[in-house]
Parts: sequence; C-alpha cells; structure tokens
Amino acid sequence: MKIKNLKDLEELKIKGLESLYPKRTKINVGLGTCGIATGARAVFDSIADEIEKQGIDALVGKTGCLGFCQREPLVDVWQPGKSRIIYCQMDPEKARDLVTGLAQGKTRKEWALCRMEEEEFIIENTKKKYSIKEKDGKDIPLYREIPFYRKQKKIALRNCGFMNPENIEEYIARGGYFSLARVLSRLKEEEVIEEIKNSGLRGRGGAGFPTGLKWKFCRDARGEPKYIICNADEGDPGAYMDRSILEGDPHSVLEGMVIGAYAIGSHEGYIYVRNEYPLAAQSVERAIRQAEEYGLLGENIFNSGFNFRIRISQGAGAFVCGEETALLASIEGKIGEPRPRPPFPAERGLWDKPTNINNVKTWANVPVIIARGADWYSKMGTAKSKGTMVFSLVGKINNTGLVEVPMGIKLREMIYDIGEGIPEGKKFKAVQTGGPSGGCIPSELADLEVDYEKLTQAGSMMGSGGMVVMDEDTCMVNVAKYFLNFTKDESCGKCTPCREGIKRMLEILDDISKGKAKETDLELLETLARVVKDASLCALGGTAPNPVLTTLRYFRNEYEAHIKDKKCPAHICPDLIHYSIDKEKCTGCGLCLKECPQTAISGEKKKPHSIDKSKCIKCGVCFEVCNFDAVEID
Amino acid sequence: MLNLTIDGKKVSVEKGTTVLHAARKLGIEIPTLCYHEGVSPYGACRVCLVEVVKGIKTGLTTSCTCLAEEGMEVKSDSPRVLESRKLMVELLLARCPEAEKVKDLARKMGIEGVRFKREDKECILCGLCVRVCQEIIEASVIGFINRGANREVETPFQAQSDVCIGCGACSSVCPTEAIKIKEMFDKRILETWHTELELKSCKICGRYFVPKKELEHLKEKIELPEDIFEICTDCKRKSLTGKIGEIKTGAI
Ligand SMILES: Cc1cc2nc3c(=O)[nH]c(=O)nc-3n(C[C@H](O)[C@H](O)[C@H](O)COP(=O)(O)O)c2cc1C
Ligand code: SF4
Ligand code: SF4
Ligand code: FES
Repeated sequence: MKIKNLKDLEELKIKGLESLYPKRTKINVGLGTCGIATGARAVFDSIADEIEKQGIDALVGKTGCLGFCQREPLVDVWQPGKSRIIYCQMDPEKARDLVTGLAQGKTRKEWALCRMEEEEFIIENTKKKYSIKEKDGKDIPLYREIPFYRKQKKIALRNCGFMNPENIEEYIARGGYFSLARVLSRLKEEEVIEEIKNSGLRGRGGAGFPTGLKWKFCRDARGEPKYIICNADEGDPGAYMDRSILEGDPHSVLEGMVIGAYAIGSHEGYIYVRNEYPLAAQSVERAIRQAEEYGLLGENIFNSGFNFRIRISQGAGAFVCGEETALLASIEGKIGEPRPRPPFPAERGLWDKPTNINNVKTWANVPVIIARGADWYSKMGTAKSKGTMVFSLVGKINNTGLVEVPMGIKLREMIYDIGEGIPEGKKFKAVQTGGPSGGCIPSELADLEVDYEKLTQAGSMMGSGGMVVMDEDTCMVNVAKYFLNFTKDESCGKCTPCREGIKRMLEILDDISKGKAKETDLELLETLARVVKDASLCALGGTAPNPVLTTLRYFRNEYEAHIKDKKCPAHICPDLIHYSIDKEKCTGCGLCLKECPQTAISGEKKKPHSIDKSKCIKCGVCFEVCNFDAVEID
Repeated sequence: MLNLTIDGKKVSVEKGTTVLHAARKLGIEIPTLCYHEGVSPYGACRVCLVEVVKGIKTGLTTSCTCLAEEGMEVKSDSPRVLESRKLMVELLLARCPEAEKVKDLARKMGIEGVRFKREDKECILCGLCVRVCQEIIEASVIGFINRGANREVETPFQAQSDVCIGCGACSSVCPTEAIKIKEMFDKRILETWHTELELKSCKICGRYFVPKKELEHLKEKIELPEDIFEICTDCKRKSLTGKIGEIKTGAI
C-alpha cells in the first residue's frame, strides 16, 4: 500500500494504535542488543512457549531498549484496563511464572521496576492515559517517578522501548511520518531549514555544529547530485545510544533523513553503520523496505513528486571512520583516513559532491522539531545548547544505562539522582565525558551544567555522549593511560602528531605509572599533549590528549606522587604498591598462603604470615581473601 | 587574484594557490617533507604548519594543503608555529634517527637531542611513494596497511606484487632512502616490495637496462616508435648525438 495523503496515514495510525494497545494482554520483551546480551531471547521464547502451552489469550511482542540496560532483560506487560507494568532482570524461569501468574490475574510486584498509567506522545504533545479500571499494583512506583527516569526527557529516544521497531504502523501511531507529511505538503525547503536553524539543534555526533546552518551550506553548495548521510559508526567504547535508536526506532532516523533531504535538495542517502552492529543494520534495512512499500521512501514520496532513496553502507569498525572525511573515503571504497578540511563535505563530499552528514541522534530529533516547532525545542536547554542529549551513563555508578536529559542538567543530578550514586558508598572522584578523547571532570565541578560550552571550558567535550563515572579507587594516571591506549590503536596513523605523539605520551605515562619518570617528563608530557592537540590533521588527534590534559589540570598531585614519592595514591599501579601482612592482625589462618599463585606467602599455622616481596606479583588475591584485614597495601 | 598577507608581507596569488606557494613567492621558506610538486598534497608530516588568523580565532594548518583566500592572514614564524614544527621533526627523528633529510631539518631548526626513546625505522610515512605510484605511474602497487603506530607502506598482503613495473619512481621520490632497489645482472630486485623483475637487454650494447614490465606499461600508455624501447638510454644518446652532429643535447 502506498500512502498518498494524511487520510491514508490516519488510517494506518488507527491500525498501529490497535497493535500498540490491543484488547488483550500483550507482553513486550526488550530485544535490543543490550537485552539480548543478558538473555532476553530466552525470556521471549519461554513467554511465547508458556502462552501457547497454557492456551492463554495473550500476545508476545518485541520492543527496543528502555534505557535501563543494567536491569535488563526488561519485560513490560500491557493489560487492558490496568496499568502497564515493567518487570526487570527477568530470566526464563521468572518469565514462565509471570505468564502463569497473569493467567490467574496476579501481579509479581517483587520483580516490577515501575508501572505506567500514561505514556507521553511527544510528537502530538499529548499524554495517552490508559483507561484504568482496576487499581492494582499501587505500591509499584510510577515510571515518571523512579529516580532513573524522573529527570529524563525523551525526544530522540521517544519510541525506544515503547513500540515494536519492526512495525511501521506502531511508529505512525506514535505520531511518526506526520512531520514528513506536513513538510512535503506545506513547507518550502527554506522554511524547513529556518525551523531547524531556529530550534538551535546542534550536531549530536561530537562537534556540535548548528544543524540548520550545515543544511543551508549544503543546500547552497553548487553541484549535483547532493548526498545525505547518517553517521552511525559509533566507535566510542561503551557508547551505544545510536545503536539503541537504530534498533529500537529506525523510522525516526529515516523520517529525519527524508525531511533533511527535502530541505537540502538531495535524492540519495546513505546510512553508515559499523559491521559490529548487525542487529542495527538489519533493523534499518527492514525499516527502509517498509517505508518504501508504504511510499514514505523511494519514488514520489507522499505523492508529492519528491524522490529519496536510502542505502546502507557497512564500515569495518574503525573508530576513525566515524570522522566525516574518513567516513566518506570509506563509503567510496578507499581506505578510511581523514583528509584536511576545507573543503568541507557540504562543499565537496561523497564523490566530490555536496554532502550533508549528521549523526543518528541529530536525525532522530528532526521530526519532533518539525512537529512541535523551533520555539518549543529551543526553550529546553541552555543559552547555546538547546534540547536534550542522550548519554550512556556507565562506570562506578549504581544505575547504568541510556539517559536522555535536557541540556544544562548538572553533573551532580546525573550522578546522584539519575545514577543514584556510587556503589558501595564509595566517594565520587571524577567523570569522564565525551568518549575516549574526552576529559575527566573532578568531583569539585559536580555543579557544572552539562552543555557543549561548559564541557569544553572544563577541558572535556560533549562528544557523542559517553559518561564514565569513577570512584575514589581510580588512579587518574591509569585512566589517562587507558584512554591513550585506545586512541593510539585507533589513530589512522596518517599524520605525525597523532601517530607519533600519542605513542610518546603513552611511553611517558607508562614510565610514570612504573615510577620510572623524572619531573621533567611531566613538562614534556604537557608539551606533547598541547602540540598534538594543536597540530593534528583531524579531531581524533585534536582531542586525544584531553584525558592527559584534564588529569594534569585537576589531578596533578597524583602525577607528582607517582613521580616524586613513587606512590600510587589509589593503589592501582602495580609497580608502585607493596603488599605486607600486619603481624598484629594476622591470625595465621593460612587462607592467603593457599590462594597466592606465586607461593610468595609463608608462615606456620596460627602464627603471623609474611610476604616475600621478590616473589609477589601484586595480584592482590591475599588482600581480597583475608578475613581479618591483615593484608595492607602501601 | 587573491590578496593575502604572510608574516605581515602582502602577496597576490591566483585562485587555487596554496599558502605554501604563496609563501615561496615571497621568498619565505617553509619546510616540507610529504609535499612534492608532482603529486597531490597530503597534509601528513605536518612540518609545513602555519598559523592562519580567522577573525578572533587562529588555528594551525598545513600550508601545503591550505588554499589561499582573499584577506587571509598567515603567520609562518610565530612561536606556536615554530614550536609545533620543531616537535614534529623531533618526533620523526626519534622514529628515523638515520634519515638524512630529517637530520638536516632538525639541524636547521636547532634541535639538539631527541627526548624520546629512539627507534630504528627508515620510513617516515610521508606517503610520497604511494601517491607517485598511484597518481603518476598509475600502477597502485603499494598502500598503507595497519593503523596508528603500526602503520606501514606495503604491497597487498605483504607479498610479491604482480602489478609492480619496477620503475623505481617510489624509491627516487622517497625522502629517506627507505625503499631498497638492487640490480643483479638480468634482474631488478625491489626488496621492500618483495618483488623481482626481469630486465631487458639493449639491442646495441647488450646491457640489461629496464624491466620488461616497465616497457610494456610504457607502450600501453604512450605511443612511441617501437625501437625506442629496444635500446638503452646511453646508446640512444650516442646514436642521437651521432645523427644530430654538433648539437649537444643530453636532455633526451
Ligand atoms: C575520530 C572521530 C570519530 C567520530 N565518530 C563519530 C561517530 O561515530 N558518529 C558520529 O555521528 N560522528 C562522529 N564523529 C564526528 C563526525 O566527524 C561528524 O562531525 C558528525 O558525524 C557530524 O554530525 P552531527 O553534526 O550531526 O554531529 C567523529 C569524529 C572524529 C574525529
Ligand atoms: S589526527 Fe590521527 S586519526 Fe586524524 S588524520 Fe592524523 S593520524 Fe589520522
Ligand atoms: S617509503 Fe619513503 S616515500 Fe614511502 S612513505 Fe616511507 S618515507 Fe615516504
Ligand atoms: S609538507 Fe605539508 S603536511 Fe607534509
């Protein structure tokens, strides 16, 4: 069926709503990569199996990631007339029990994460209230009230976890493709660009360039054809917001791209997905096919005469291929290394033609801005950073997952409210934002409002939204070393500062962590970091020194302790720590002696033991196993 | 014409001129390592860095790749430029302590010692050989392999190449003599590219003088009388001088 007008779209919406809110029980399982990794497939299978075995009148469906990845597998249960309940940390066993319980009208409160009495339809600016007849599960907290979700504002993630990504009608039911309909029937190209410009939307892929302006450059550039690209390379370790959107809500990206293509005057687009994201690529492929079938992509979209095709290009998973000029080379089949800009892709991009590249999240924001207007969007956020940002909150934090929050939220709120603090009551030490080449922001700056400018001023960056929390047991020299190790391997190696400079910084960091560095090395490290940042060809080298520069700025004393006192204050760097046994505390139980892999510990039963430092490899097993806190580190 | 200033001096150049050439026009010397007139600029070695003032912001960029713009203000000798260039050369010198060209540059810049652990590589990864082979010879025998610090120039799969014509253009453009070519009687051996090529002997003097493959390649590319490929340059010169008599050419 080809959708030709709003009426057709409205009809599909009704079908979609029926599928979202059927007249019988529907159990949805989060089947994003994160869910699958924790066993969601088995959960799905056992639910389906149990429903069939027991002959229950219920549906089982799939959905994307709700963001609370740590509590996966997540299962939500829709029952007409009741609140929707989201269960967490499910396993096949529990899933069977859940189904059995449902058949008997039971709620398993002990497994529930939260419940919902309504859903936000952000595109339509409505709250879809469920018609709840039975007030059950009252003591289960509401979705919008639990700490993890309370401060979130989902725009890019609006549909993830709330619909079946394989069902285009459900996307339409949640307001999908209505913005495109409006654009193609009522807005001129320039008006679309104006709207995006006025919204203040900035690129969510790293550099934060104003999106409307970028579109305008490409629209005004001479040369045909023009290309549109969605950057879904997402190479930052530990970042998976783009993957989640592509898996959980692929149509939002497609719709954004068609709107952008119309505004820019392009008829051909690419989605560049890394090979390591097979599910995401499949999901997009399916969505493209569906959209084409419905006449929302391809020839004569919405019967408007506008044509736009999207192809998928799969990259081999090099971090540097996320850099836009390297990405272009990679699509062209050349080796993925950056080239100097200018010329910018808007002027000379894919096959030397004007090209507009945006990140997955940037595209996903577009339909909402068109629907709700620039004014509404630009009211969220700070002076220069509008709207929301999606972060992946990970590290030493109680709640980990994908979080979408208004720009300007304080780090403190991210860590203590949404993240609910540091595990085991440890102290919060620093947070690393912006991916491997972002910077470490110390706990003293917890009141920093997160936006592009503030993060840059603090020596870090927004990047694509990585947020790694570190506790008091973290050695900052070690952290810098860890990130530089990553950028050293991921540098394309083309230019001298990045290829040679990172390697040398790492050598110095290694010496520092082994207590072999001199005080002058710190100066050399600082010079290297400064010059590599300044002199590199692309932003990989241009940002790679950030972990070094920020740890030097905020934690210089730690570096000095390593160099001058030959001590690692956090007791992490193995060469600078020593284990010994406190004779007073040791009961001579012999546990450590048994566990030490080097037979470095000796002592008679019931008499104080001791460690032979020459044999000790500092694995820390003795420290871990001692029940009397007798093993000491210094 | 575009007007710009470099170190406060005014210069006008045609559209499409690089800052490097604009500077040369003013007699301002900017060091280069990965740049060569004959091939496209690459921007890799970064020893040609200059500072370009854009409004209130200034940024470092490579003069070999940066095109001149109207009203552009360039600094080629600011402390920031000199410090960065110097560090580039020091980094390359630590990588290739024996490379004459790098040693020369280091001497000129007043680099006294290297503050990093020395390596013993010969290739500075300027990519000139790759570009010459691709753009001029159009053989694309070699390319970069591996990422980051492990980057190298190599043939595909680091194996003998069946497209190499043995012309040696890579070796003659290499600034560090990193590409080793040997001649042994009827063979040219390109050790670096794991490749051996048969040579052809001169019809007149009998000396082996050119890889057969190179001749085939040339024949395909340019139409020239057949016998021009049969005799070595020495004999060619002799027979030509004979023919032309007094006129001393030597340029053929
Ligand atoms: C080393 C490096 C890696 C990058 N990786 C990504 C990436 O994975 N995804 C992305 O959208 N942008 C990435 N970027 C930024 C892109 O170059 C580009 O700025 C971005 O795709 C533009 O889209 P935006 O304006 O919507 O942010 C990377 C940049 C660098 C220097
Ligand atoms: S900065 Fe690094 S990644 Fe970028 S071009 Fe240079 S070597 Fe390659
Ligand atoms: S072999 Fe020579 S020409 Fe080729 S990249 Fe290395 S230094 Fe440059
Ligand atoms: S000469 Fe310009 S970067 Fe090498």
